[in-house]
Amino acid sequence: MNNQKPSTKSAATPLGLRPKLLEMRSIAKVFAEDVVALSDMSLTVNVGDFISLLGPSGCGKSTALRLIADLIHPTTGRIAWSETEHNHTISVVFQEPTLMPWATVGENVWLPFRLASRSYRSCRDEIMEALRLVSLENFEKSYPRELSGGMKMRTSIARALITHPSIMLMDEPFAALDEINRFKLNHDLLQLKEKIGCTVIFVTHSVFESVFLSDRIVVMAARPGRVHRELTIEQPYPRSDSFRTSAEYSAYCRTASEALQEAMGETN
Amino acid sequence: MTLRSEESRTSPVVVDQEERQRAVKARIDKIGSWLMPAIVMIAAVWFWDRIVVWNEIPHYILPGPGRVLGSFIEDWRILFPALVVTLQITFMALAVAVIGGVGLSVLFTQSRFVEMSLFPYAVILQVTPVVAIAPLIFIYVDSRIVGLLICAWVVAFFPVLSNTTLGLNSADHNLRDLFRIYGATRWQRLRFLQLPAALPYFLGGLRIAGGLALIGAIVAEFVAGTGGIGSGLAFTILEAGYRLNITRMFAALILIAVTGVIIFTVLSFISHMLLRNWHESAVKKEK
Repeated sequence: MNNQKPSTKSAATPLGLRPKLLEMRSIAKVFAEDVVALSDMSLTVNVGDFISLLGPSGCGKSTALRLIADLIHPTTGRIAWSETEHNHTISVVFQEPTLMPWATVGENVWLPFRLASRSYRSCRDEIMEALRLVSLENFEKSYPRELSGGMKMRTSIARALITHPSIMLMDEPFAALDEINRFKLNHDLLQLKEKIGCTVIFVTHSVFESVFLSDRIVVMAARPGRVHRELTIEQPYPRSDSFRTSAEYSAYCRTASEALQEAMGETN
Repeated sequence: MTLRSEESRTSPVVVDQEERQRAVKARIDKIGSWLMPAIVMIAAVWFWDRIVVWNEIPHYILPGPGRVLGSFIEDWRILFPALVVTLQITFMALAVAVIGGVGLSVLFTQSRFVEMSLFPYAVILQVTPVVAIAPLIFIYVDSRIVGLLICAWVVAFFPVLSNTTLGLNSADHNLRDLFRIYGATRWQRLRFLQLPAALPYFLGGLRIAGGLALIGAIVAEFVAGTGGIGSGLAFTILEAGYRLNITRMFAALILIAVTGVIIFTVLSFISHMLLRNWHESAVKKEK
Protein backbone atom coordinates (compact mmCIF):
# COMPACT_ATOMS: atom_id res chain seq x y z
CA MET A 1 0.00 0.00 0.00
CA ASN A 2 1.17 3.53 0.52
CA ASN A 3 4.07 2.49 2.72
CA GLN A 4 5.46 0.08 0.20
CA LYS A 5 7.02 2.55 -2.17
CA PRO A 6 9.42 4.33 0.15
CA SER A 7 10.32 1.02 1.77
CA THR A 8 11.87 -0.60 -1.27
CA LYS A 9 13.49 2.67 -2.20
CA SER A 10 15.08 3.56 1.09
CA ALA A 11 16.31 0.05 1.82
CA ALA A 12 18.10 -0.13 -1.49
CA THR A 13 19.41 3.41 -1.55
CA PRO A 14 23.10 3.61 -0.64
CA LEU A 15 23.95 5.64 2.43
CA GLY A 16 25.17 8.77 0.66
CA LEU A 17 22.15 9.14 -1.61
CA ARG A 18 19.34 9.10 0.90
CA PRO A 19 17.24 12.23 1.27
CA LYS A 20 17.73 14.17 4.47
CA LEU A 21 15.12 13.68 7.20
CA LEU A 22 16.32 15.89 10.00
CA GLU A 23 19.37 17.68 11.18
CA MET A 24 20.52 18.33 14.73
CA ARG A 25 22.53 21.53 14.51
CA SER A 26 25.11 21.97 17.29
CA ILE A 27 22.68 21.14 19.99
CA ALA A 28 23.46 21.60 23.67
CA LYS A 29 21.22 20.72 26.54
CA VAL A 30 21.97 21.93 30.05
CA PHE A 31 19.70 20.77 32.81
CA ALA A 32 19.04 22.67 35.99
CA GLU A 33 21.99 22.72 38.42
CA ASP A 34 24.37 23.04 35.49
CA VAL A 35 24.37 19.41 34.41
CA VAL A 36 25.54 19.45 30.81
CA ALA A 37 23.68 16.49 29.31
CA LEU A 38 24.72 17.24 25.77
CA SER A 39 27.26 19.65 24.37
CA ASP A 40 27.45 20.60 20.72
CA MET A 41 25.88 17.59 19.09
CA SER A 42 25.40 17.66 15.34
CA LEU A 43 23.84 14.79 13.47
CA THR A 44 22.15 14.43 10.12
CA VAL A 45 19.54 11.72 9.89
CA ASN A 46 18.54 10.52 6.43
CA VAL A 47 15.37 8.75 5.38
CA GLY A 48 15.89 5.02 5.84
CA ASP A 49 18.90 5.28 8.15
CA PHE A 50 19.31 2.85 10.99
CA ILE A 51 21.44 4.82 13.43
CA SER A 52 22.68 3.45 16.72
CA LEU A 53 23.70 5.82 19.47
CA LEU A 54 26.33 3.89 21.37
CA GLY A 55 27.97 5.07 24.54
CA PRO A 56 28.41 4.74 28.28
CA SER A 57 25.69 5.88 30.62
CA GLY A 58 25.54 9.63 31.04
CA CYS A 59 26.62 10.35 27.47
CA GLY A 60 23.30 11.94 26.57
CA LYS A 61 21.92 9.18 24.34
CA SER A 62 18.48 9.31 25.86
CA THR A 63 18.58 13.09 26.04
CA ALA A 64 19.19 13.16 22.28
CA LEU A 65 16.13 10.98 21.74
CA ARG A 66 13.97 13.11 23.98
CA LEU A 67 15.10 16.19 22.07
CA ILE A 68 14.14 14.65 18.74
CA ALA A 69 10.81 13.53 20.20
CA ASP A 70 10.22 17.17 21.20
CA LEU A 71 9.69 16.16 24.83
CA ILE A 72 12.42 18.60 25.87
CA HIS A 73 13.91 21.54 24.04
CA PRO A 74 17.56 22.28 23.32
CA THR A 75 19.32 24.96 25.35
CA THR A 76 21.16 26.09 22.23
CA GLY A 77 21.12 24.89 18.65
CA ARG A 78 18.11 23.53 16.85
CA ILE A 79 16.58 20.51 15.22
CA ALA A 80 15.63 21.12 11.62
CA TRP A 81 13.25 18.73 9.92
CA SER A 82 13.46 18.56 6.16
CA GLU A 83 10.88 20.56 4.19
CA THR A 84 9.01 17.47 3.05
CA GLU A 85 8.62 16.30 6.64
CA HIS A 86 6.68 19.15 8.19
CA ASN A 87 3.96 16.63 9.06
CA HIS A 88 6.41 14.18 10.56
CA THR A 89 5.21 11.52 12.95
CA ILE A 90 7.36 10.10 15.72
CA SER A 91 7.12 6.85 17.58
CA VAL A 92 9.00 5.83 20.66
CA VAL A 93 9.82 2.41 22.06
CA PHE A 94 11.13 2.55 25.61
CA GLN A 95 13.29 0.15 27.56
CA GLU A 96 10.19 -1.06 29.36
CA PRO A 97 7.30 -2.21 27.16
CA THR A 98 5.24 0.66 28.67
CA LEU A 99 1.89 -0.96 28.02
CA MET A 100 -1.33 -0.06 29.75
CA PRO A 101 -2.02 -3.10 31.93
CA TRP A 102 -5.78 -2.47 31.96
CA ALA A 103 -6.04 -2.62 28.17
CA THR A 104 -5.77 -5.61 25.84
CA VAL A 105 -2.95 -5.98 23.34
CA GLY A 106 -5.22 -4.68 20.58
CA GLU A 107 -6.29 -1.69 22.64
CA ASN A 108 -2.68 -0.88 23.48
CA VAL A 109 -1.76 -0.86 19.82
CA TRP A 110 -4.85 1.26 19.14
CA LEU A 111 -3.58 4.03 21.47
CA PRO A 112 -2.09 6.44 18.88
CA PHE A 113 -5.29 6.29 16.85
CA ARG A 114 -7.50 6.43 19.91
CA LEU A 115 -5.82 9.69 20.84
CA ALA A 116 -6.58 10.87 17.31
CA SER A 117 -10.24 10.12 18.08
CA ARG A 118 -10.57 7.12 15.82
CA SER A 119 -12.80 4.28 16.91
CA TYR A 120 -11.39 0.81 17.46
CA ARG A 121 -13.56 -0.61 14.74
CA SER A 122 -12.53 1.92 12.13
CA CYS A 123 -8.85 1.10 12.55
CA ARG A 124 -9.12 -2.59 13.38
CA ASP A 125 -7.53 -3.56 10.06
CA GLU A 126 -4.50 -1.44 10.81
CA ILE A 127 -4.28 -2.82 14.35
CA MET A 128 -4.34 -6.38 13.05
CA GLU A 129 -1.82 -5.49 10.35
CA ALA A 130 0.57 -4.08 12.98
CA LEU A 131 0.06 -7.16 15.17
CA ARG A 132 0.75 -9.42 12.21
CA LEU A 133 4.03 -7.60 11.59
CA VAL A 134 5.20 -8.62 15.08
CA SER A 135 3.51 -12.08 14.88
CA LEU A 136 1.00 -11.33 17.62
CA GLU A 137 -2.17 -11.53 15.52
CA ASN A 138 -3.57 -14.24 17.81
CA PHE A 139 -3.19 -12.14 20.95
CA GLU A 140 -5.43 -9.18 20.16
CA LYS A 141 -7.68 -9.89 23.15
CA SER A 142 -4.95 -10.88 25.62
CA TYR A 143 -3.88 -8.67 28.49
CA PRO A 144 -0.22 -7.66 28.85
CA ARG A 145 0.22 -9.72 32.02
CA GLU A 146 -0.53 -12.84 30.01
CA LEU A 147 2.40 -12.19 27.68
CA SER A 148 6.10 -12.97 28.03
CA GLY A 149 8.65 -10.15 28.18
CA GLY A 150 9.52 -10.51 24.50
CA MET A 151 5.85 -10.45 23.46
CA LYS A 152 5.21 -7.34 25.53
CA MET A 153 8.09 -5.64 23.76
CA ARG A 154 6.69 -6.72 20.39
CA THR A 155 3.34 -5.23 21.34
CA SER A 156 5.16 -2.02 22.12
CA ILE A 157 6.83 -2.12 18.71
CA ALA A 158 3.48 -2.78 17.00
CA ARG A 159 2.07 0.29 18.73
CA ALA A 160 5.02 2.31 17.44
CA LEU A 161 4.61 1.00 13.89
CA ILE A 162 0.89 1.52 13.50
CA THR A 163 1.20 5.21 12.65
CA HIS A 164 3.81 4.55 9.92
CA PRO A 165 6.16 6.94 11.69
CA SER A 166 8.71 9.07 9.85
CA ILE A 167 11.15 8.06 12.53
CA MET A 168 11.14 5.44 15.24
CA LEU A 169 13.09 6.26 18.39
CA MET A 170 14.13 3.22 20.39
CA ASP A 171 15.60 3.76 23.82
CA GLU A 172 17.48 0.58 24.77
CA PRO A 173 14.39 -1.43 23.90
CA PHE A 174 15.87 -4.89 24.39
CA ALA A 175 18.18 -4.20 27.32
CA ALA A 176 15.87 -5.87 29.82
CA LEU A 177 15.42 -9.06 27.79
CA ASP A 178 17.43 -12.25 28.00
CA GLU A 179 19.95 -12.88 25.26
CA ILE A 180 17.92 -15.45 23.32
CA ASN A 181 14.97 -13.09 23.14
CA ARG A 182 17.21 -10.16 22.33
CA PHE A 183 18.77 -11.95 19.36
CA LYS A 184 15.35 -12.94 18.12
CA LEU A 185 14.01 -9.42 18.40
CA ASN A 186 17.13 -8.00 16.73
CA HIS A 187 16.45 -10.32 13.84
CA ASP A 188 12.72 -9.48 13.76
CA LEU A 189 13.45 -5.77 13.93
CA LEU A 190 15.68 -5.93 10.85
CA GLN A 191 13.01 -7.87 8.96
CA LEU A 192 10.44 -5.29 9.96
CA LYS A 193 12.69 -2.52 8.78
CA GLU A 194 13.04 -4.27 5.44
CA LYS A 195 9.29 -4.55 5.16
CA ILE A 196 8.29 -1.03 6.07
CA GLY A 197 11.57 0.81 5.63
CA CYS A 198 11.23 3.38 8.36
CA THR A 199 14.05 5.40 9.84
CA VAL A 200 15.30 4.23 13.21
CA ILE A 201 17.43 5.78 15.92
CA PHE A 202 18.39 3.09 18.33
CA VAL A 203 20.00 3.79 21.68
CA THR A 204 22.07 0.97 23.09
CA HIS A 205 25.11 0.24 25.18
CA SER A 206 25.78 -3.04 23.41
CA VAL A 207 28.49 -2.95 20.75
CA PHE A 208 27.29 -6.23 19.24
CA GLU A 209 23.71 -5.10 18.97
CA SER A 210 24.66 -1.81 17.33
CA VAL A 211 26.90 -3.46 14.74
CA PHE A 212 24.32 -6.10 13.87
CA LEU A 213 21.44 -3.68 13.48
CA SER A 214 22.63 -0.38 12.18
CA ASP A 215 24.25 1.10 9.12
CA ARG A 216 25.55 4.06 11.11
CA ILE A 217 26.91 3.96 14.64
CA VAL A 218 27.34 7.22 16.50
CA VAL A 219 29.76 6.63 19.37
CA MET A 220 29.21 9.10 22.18
CA ALA A 221 31.31 10.18 25.14
CA ALA A 222 30.11 11.25 28.55
CA ARG A 223 30.47 14.26 30.83
CA PRO A 224 29.66 16.34 28.94
CA GLY A 225 27.65 14.19 26.52
CA ARG A 226 28.94 14.60 22.98
CA VAL A 227 29.53 12.77 19.72
CA HIS A 228 32.90 11.08 19.76
CA ARG A 229 32.98 9.41 16.36
CA GLU A 230 30.75 8.05 13.69
CA LEU A 231 31.19 4.63 12.10
CA THR A 232 29.55 3.21 9.02
CA ILE A 233 28.66 -0.45 8.75
CA GLU A 234 28.79 -1.22 5.03
CA GLN A 235 27.15 -4.63 5.29
CA PRO A 236 24.02 -4.51 3.10
CA TYR A 237 20.56 -5.45 4.32
CA PRO A 238 18.96 -7.91 4.66
CA ARG A 239 21.42 -9.21 7.20
CA SER A 240 20.98 -12.81 8.16
CA ASP A 241 22.06 -14.38 11.41
CA SER A 242 25.18 -15.66 9.63
CA PHE A 243 26.41 -12.06 9.65
CA ARG A 244 26.81 -12.46 13.40
CA THR A 245 29.46 -15.12 12.94
CA SER A 246 31.26 -13.55 9.96
CA ALA A 247 34.75 -12.09 10.02
CA GLU A 248 33.45 -8.66 8.95
CA TYR A 249 31.14 -8.62 11.91
CA SER A 250 34.03 -9.31 14.28
CA ALA A 251 36.09 -6.61 12.62
CA TYR A 252 33.29 -4.06 12.92
CA CYS A 253 32.76 -5.02 16.55
CA ARG A 254 36.44 -4.51 17.26
CA THR A 255 36.44 -1.09 15.59
CA ALA A 256 33.32 -0.08 17.48
CA SER A 257 34.70 -1.37 20.78
CA GLU A 258 37.91 0.58 20.24
CA ALA A 259 35.96 3.72 19.47
CA LEU A 260 33.92 3.17 22.61
CA GLN A 261 37.09 2.65 24.65
CA GLU A 262 38.50 5.90 23.28
CA ALA A 263 35.27 7.69 24.10
CA MET A 264 35.37 6.39 27.65
CA GLY A 265 39.08 7.10 27.95
CA GLU A 266 38.45 10.72 27.01
CA THR A 267 36.06 11.03 29.89
CA ASN A 268 38.51 9.91 32.53
CA MET B 1 22.08 -39.26 31.88
CA THR B 2 20.80 -41.58 29.14
CA LEU B 3 19.65 -44.07 31.71
CA ARG B 4 17.64 -41.49 33.54
CA SER B 5 15.96 -40.14 30.46
CA GLU B 6 15.06 -43.67 29.38
CA GLU B 7 13.56 -44.29 32.74
CA SER B 8 11.52 -41.15 32.79
CA ARG B 9 10.17 -41.88 29.33
CA THR B 10 8.91 -45.32 30.17
CA SER B 11 7.55 -44.74 33.65
CA PRO B 12 4.19 -42.97 33.97
CA VAL B 13 4.15 -39.44 35.33
CA VAL B 14 4.38 -39.65 39.08
CA VAL B 15 3.69 -36.70 41.30
CA ASP B 16 6.50 -36.72 43.78
CA GLN B 17 6.07 -36.72 47.51
CA GLU B 18 6.87 -33.04 47.93
CA GLU B 19 4.31 -31.89 45.37
CA ARG B 20 1.64 -34.13 46.88
CA GLN B 21 2.30 -32.68 50.31
CA ARG B 22 2.11 -29.19 48.86
CA ALA B 23 -1.27 -29.95 47.29
CA VAL B 24 -2.60 -31.37 50.55
CA LYS B 25 -1.32 -28.36 52.45
CA ALA B 26 -2.99 -25.99 49.99
CA ARG B 27 -6.32 -27.77 50.45
CA ILE B 28 -6.02 -27.70 54.23
CA ASP B 29 -5.23 -23.97 54.08
CA LYS B 30 -8.27 -23.33 51.93
CA ILE B 31 -10.66 -25.16 54.25
CA GLY B 32 -8.99 -23.74 57.32
CA SER B 33 -9.38 -20.17 56.17
CA TRP B 34 -13.13 -20.31 56.81
CA LEU B 35 -13.29 -23.26 59.21
CA MET B 36 -10.99 -21.75 61.83
CA PRO B 37 -12.90 -18.47 62.23
CA ALA B 38 -16.14 -20.47 62.33
CA ILE B 39 -14.82 -22.67 65.14
CA VAL B 40 -13.65 -19.62 67.07
CA MET B 41 -17.08 -18.03 66.62
CA ILE B 42 -18.93 -21.12 67.82
CA ALA B 43 -16.57 -21.54 70.77
CA ALA B 44 -16.96 -17.90 71.75
CA VAL B 45 -20.75 -18.01 71.60
CA TRP B 46 -20.76 -21.25 73.59
CA PHE B 47 -18.39 -19.76 76.17
CA TRP B 48 -20.53 -16.63 76.40
CA ASP B 49 -23.59 -18.79 76.99
CA ARG B 50 -21.80 -20.87 79.65
CA ILE B 51 -20.55 -17.83 81.53
CA VAL B 52 -24.06 -16.47 81.73
CA VAL B 53 -25.48 -19.81 82.90
CA TRP B 54 -22.66 -20.76 85.30
CA ASN B 55 -22.53 -17.39 87.01
CA GLU B 56 -26.28 -16.93 86.90
CA ILE B 57 -25.84 -13.45 85.47
CA PRO B 58 -29.17 -11.64 85.16
CA HIS B 59 -30.15 -10.74 81.59
CA TYR B 60 -30.26 -7.01 82.36
CA ILE B 61 -26.52 -7.19 82.94
CA LEU B 62 -25.41 -9.76 80.37
CA PRO B 63 -27.99 -11.58 78.27
CA GLY B 64 -27.11 -14.97 76.84
CA PRO B 65 -26.77 -15.51 73.10
CA GLY B 66 -30.16 -17.22 72.95
CA ARG B 67 -31.89 -14.16 74.35
CA VAL B 68 -30.10 -11.86 71.90
CA LEU B 69 -31.23 -14.07 69.06
CA GLY B 70 -34.75 -13.86 70.42
CA SER B 71 -34.47 -10.09 70.51
CA PHE B 72 -33.72 -10.05 66.79
CA ILE B 73 -37.09 -11.67 66.16
CA GLU B 74 -39.06 -9.77 68.83
CA ASP B 75 -37.57 -6.35 68.17
CA TRP B 76 -37.28 -6.70 64.41
CA ARG B 77 -39.97 -4.03 63.95
CA ILE B 78 -37.72 -1.59 65.83
CA LEU B 79 -34.36 -2.81 64.56
CA PHE B 80 -35.16 -3.05 60.87
CA PRO B 81 -36.34 0.55 60.31
CA ALA B 82 -33.34 1.74 62.33
CA LEU B 83 -31.04 -0.36 60.16
CA VAL B 84 -32.59 1.14 57.04
CA VAL B 85 -31.98 4.67 58.35
CA THR B 86 -28.35 3.90 59.22
CA LEU B 87 -27.79 2.27 55.85
CA GLN B 88 -29.31 5.24 54.06
CA ILE B 89 -26.99 7.66 55.79
CA THR B 90 -24.00 5.38 55.31
CA PHE B 91 -24.53 4.97 51.59
CA MET B 92 -25.40 8.59 50.99
CA ALA B 93 -22.26 9.62 52.86
CA LEU B 94 -20.22 7.07 50.90
CA ALA B 95 -21.63 8.35 47.62
CA VAL B 96 -20.83 11.95 48.54
CA ALA B 97 -17.39 10.86 49.74
CA VAL B 98 -16.71 9.17 46.40
CA ILE B 99 -17.96 12.13 44.37
CA GLY B 100 -16.16 14.65 46.57
CA GLY B 101 -12.99 12.61 46.96
CA VAL B 102 -12.58 11.72 43.29
CA GLY B 103 -13.67 15.18 42.15
CA LEU B 104 -11.22 16.90 44.45
CA SER B 105 -8.36 14.59 43.54
CA VAL B 106 -8.97 15.17 39.82
CA LEU B 107 -8.91 18.89 40.56
CA PHE B 108 -5.65 18.38 42.46
CA THR B 109 -3.95 16.68 39.53
CA GLN B 110 -5.13 19.38 37.14
CA SER B 111 -3.69 22.17 39.21
CA ARG B 112 -0.82 21.85 41.62
CA PHE B 113 -1.78 25.14 43.21
CA VAL B 114 -5.21 23.86 44.14
CA GLU B 115 -3.55 20.81 45.66
CA MET B 116 -1.04 22.90 47.59
CA SER B 117 -3.77 25.18 48.89
CA LEU B 118 -6.35 22.58 49.91
CA PHE B 119 -4.55 19.38 50.80
CA PRO B 120 -3.37 20.50 54.26
CA TYR B 121 -6.96 21.32 55.20
CA ALA B 122 -8.13 17.92 54.06
CA VAL B 123 -5.54 16.47 56.42
CA ILE B 124 -6.67 18.71 59.27
CA LEU B 125 -10.25 17.64 58.70
CA GLN B 126 -9.14 14.03 58.75
CA VAL B 127 -7.06 14.12 61.94
CA THR B 128 -9.67 15.99 63.96
CA PRO B 129 -11.92 13.40 65.66
CA VAL B 130 -15.42 13.54 64.26
CA VAL B 131 -16.97 13.44 67.75
CA ALA B 132 -15.29 16.78 68.38
CA ILE B 133 -16.69 18.39 65.25
CA ALA B 134 -20.13 16.80 65.32
CA PRO B 135 -21.68 18.92 68.12
CA LEU B 136 -20.77 22.09 66.25
CA ILE B 137 -22.18 20.74 63.02
CA PHE B 138 -25.48 20.00 64.74
CA ILE B 139 -25.62 23.55 66.08
CA TYR B 140 -25.27 25.14 62.66
CA VAL B 141 -27.12 22.61 60.52
CA ASP B 142 -30.85 22.47 61.07
CA SER B 143 -31.63 19.29 59.21
CA ARG B 144 -30.69 16.25 61.24
CA ILE B 145 -30.16 14.10 58.16
CA VAL B 146 -27.86 16.67 56.58
CA GLY B 147 -25.88 16.93 59.83
CA LEU B 148 -25.42 13.17 60.01
CA LEU B 149 -24.44 13.11 56.38
CA ILE B 150 -21.79 15.78 56.87
CA CYS B 151 -20.29 13.91 59.83
CA ALA B 152 -20.17 10.60 57.99
CA TRP B 153 -18.73 12.33 54.94
CA VAL B 154 -15.97 14.04 56.93
CA VAL B 155 -14.78 10.64 58.11
CA ALA B 156 -15.19 8.77 54.85
CA PHE B 157 -13.93 11.09 52.16
CA PHE B 158 -10.26 11.28 53.11
CA PRO B 159 -9.18 7.76 52.16
CA VAL B 160 -10.90 8.19 48.80
CA LEU B 161 -9.21 11.55 48.27
CA SER B 162 -5.69 10.57 49.29
CA ASN B 163 -5.73 7.19 47.54
CA THR B 164 -7.16 8.54 44.31
CA THR B 165 -4.70 11.43 44.28
CA LEU B 166 -1.86 8.97 44.73
CA GLY B 167 -3.28 6.79 41.95
CA LEU B 168 -3.73 9.65 39.49
CA ASN B 169 -0.12 10.66 40.02
CA SER B 170 1.23 7.14 39.75
CA ALA B 171 0.64 6.70 36.01
CA ASP B 172 3.78 5.48 34.27
CA HIS B 173 6.09 8.34 33.24
CA ASN B 174 6.97 6.82 29.90
CA LEU B 175 3.27 6.43 29.14
CA ARG B 176 2.80 10.11 29.94
CA ASP B 177 5.57 10.92 27.47
CA LEU B 178 3.93 8.69 24.90
CA PHE B 179 0.64 10.52 25.38
CA ARG B 180 2.45 13.79 24.85
CA ILE B 181 4.16 12.55 21.69
CA TYR B 182 0.80 11.50 20.27
CA GLY B 183 -0.63 14.89 21.10
CA ALA B 184 -3.13 13.80 23.76
CA THR B 185 -5.29 16.49 25.32
CA ARG B 186 -5.53 16.94 29.09
CA TRP B 187 -8.90 15.28 29.06
CA GLN B 188 -7.62 12.30 27.04
CA ARG B 189 -4.71 11.88 29.41
CA LEU B 190 -7.06 11.92 32.37
CA ARG B 191 -9.61 9.63 30.80
CA PHE B 192 -7.37 7.05 29.16
CA LEU B 193 -4.30 7.09 31.39
CA GLN B 194 -4.70 8.61 34.83
CA LEU B 195 -8.17 7.39 35.76
CA PRO B 196 -7.53 3.75 34.81
CA ALA B 197 -4.16 3.87 36.57
CA ALA B 198 -5.88 5.27 39.68
CA LEU B 199 -8.63 2.65 39.74
CA PRO B 200 -6.88 0.10 42.00
CA TYR B 201 -5.89 2.87 44.43
CA PHE B 202 -9.39 4.33 44.39
CA LEU B 203 -10.95 0.93 45.10
CA GLY B 204 -8.56 0.42 48.02
CA GLY B 205 -9.68 3.78 49.40
CA LEU B 206 -13.31 2.91 48.78
CA ARG B 207 -13.10 -0.23 50.90
CA ILE B 208 -11.75 1.76 53.82
CA ALA B 209 -14.28 4.54 53.22
CA GLY B 210 -17.19 2.07 53.29
CA GLY B 211 -16.36 1.04 56.85
CA LEU B 212 -15.62 4.60 57.89
CA ALA B 213 -18.91 5.90 56.49
CA LEU B 214 -20.75 3.45 58.74
CA ILE B 215 -18.65 4.48 61.73
CA GLY B 216 -19.25 8.14 60.89
CA ALA B 217 -23.00 7.61 60.64
CA ILE B 218 -23.11 5.81 64.01
CA VAL B 219 -20.86 8.25 65.84
CA ALA B 220 -22.74 11.23 64.50
CA GLU B 221 -26.01 9.80 65.68
CA PHE B 222 -24.64 9.25 69.15
CA VAL B 223 -23.75 12.92 69.24
CA ALA B 224 -27.02 14.03 67.69
CA GLY B 225 -28.83 12.18 70.43
CA THR B 226 -32.60 12.62 70.47
CA GLY B 227 -34.26 11.01 67.53
CA GLY B 228 -37.73 9.56 67.87
CA ILE B 229 -39.05 8.54 64.50
CA GLY B 230 -36.53 8.07 61.72
CA SER B 231 -33.49 7.40 63.86
CA GLY B 232 -30.88 4.79 63.22
CA LEU B 233 -29.17 1.93 65.04
CA ALA B 234 -27.00 4.18 67.20
CA PHE B 235 -30.08 5.80 68.68
CA THR B 236 -31.59 2.35 69.19
CA ILE B 237 -28.55 1.49 71.30
CA LEU B 238 -28.81 4.73 73.28
CA GLU B 239 -32.49 4.30 73.90
CA ALA B 240 -32.16 0.63 74.86
CA GLY B 241 -29.41 1.67 77.25
CA TYR B 242 -31.69 4.15 79.02
CA ARG B 243 -34.28 1.39 79.40
CA LEU B 244 -31.63 -1.10 80.58
CA ASN B 245 -32.64 -3.31 77.67
CA ILE B 246 -29.16 -4.79 77.31
CA THR B 247 -30.44 -7.55 75.04
CA ARG B 248 -31.57 -5.08 72.42
CA MET B 249 -28.30 -3.20 72.76
CA PHE B 250 -26.48 -6.40 71.86
CA ALA B 251 -28.81 -7.08 68.96
CA ALA B 252 -28.26 -3.59 67.53
CA LEU B 253 -24.52 -3.87 68.08
CA ILE B 254 -24.33 -7.20 66.25
CA LEU B 255 -26.44 -5.76 63.45
CA ILE B 256 -23.97 -2.87 63.05
CA ALA B 257 -20.99 -5.24 63.00
CA VAL B 258 -22.64 -7.52 60.44
CA THR B 259 -23.54 -4.51 58.29
CA GLY B 260 -19.92 -3.36 58.37
CA VAL B 261 -18.70 -6.79 57.31
CA ILE B 262 -21.24 -6.94 54.48
CA ILE B 263 -20.27 -3.48 53.22
CA PHE B 264 -16.61 -4.47 53.22
CA THR B 265 -17.33 -7.77 51.46
CA VAL B 266 -19.50 -6.17 48.79
CA LEU B 267 -16.91 -3.47 48.09
CA SER B 268 -14.14 -6.08 47.95
CA PHE B 269 -16.19 -8.07 45.49
CA ILE B 270 -16.79 -5.01 43.30
CA SER B 271 -13.08 -4.27 43.45
CA HIS B 272 -12.22 -7.82 42.45
CA MET B 273 -14.63 -7.78 39.51
CA LEU B 274 -13.27 -4.49 38.19
CA LEU B 275 -9.62 -5.50 38.47
CA ARG B 276 -9.67 -9.20 37.78
CA ASN B 277 -8.53 -8.86 34.18
CA TRP B 278 -5.38 -6.94 34.77
CA HIS B 279 -4.35 -5.99 38.27
CA GLU B 280 -1.92 -8.11 40.23
CA SER B 281 -4.01 -7.88 43.40
CA ALA B 282 -6.99 -9.56 41.74
CA VAL B 283 -5.25 -12.00 39.45
CA LYS B 284 -5.08 -15.60 40.59
CA LYS B 285 -1.55 -16.83 40.89
CA GLU B 286 -0.69 -19.24 38.12
CA LYS B 287 1.86 -21.89 38.75
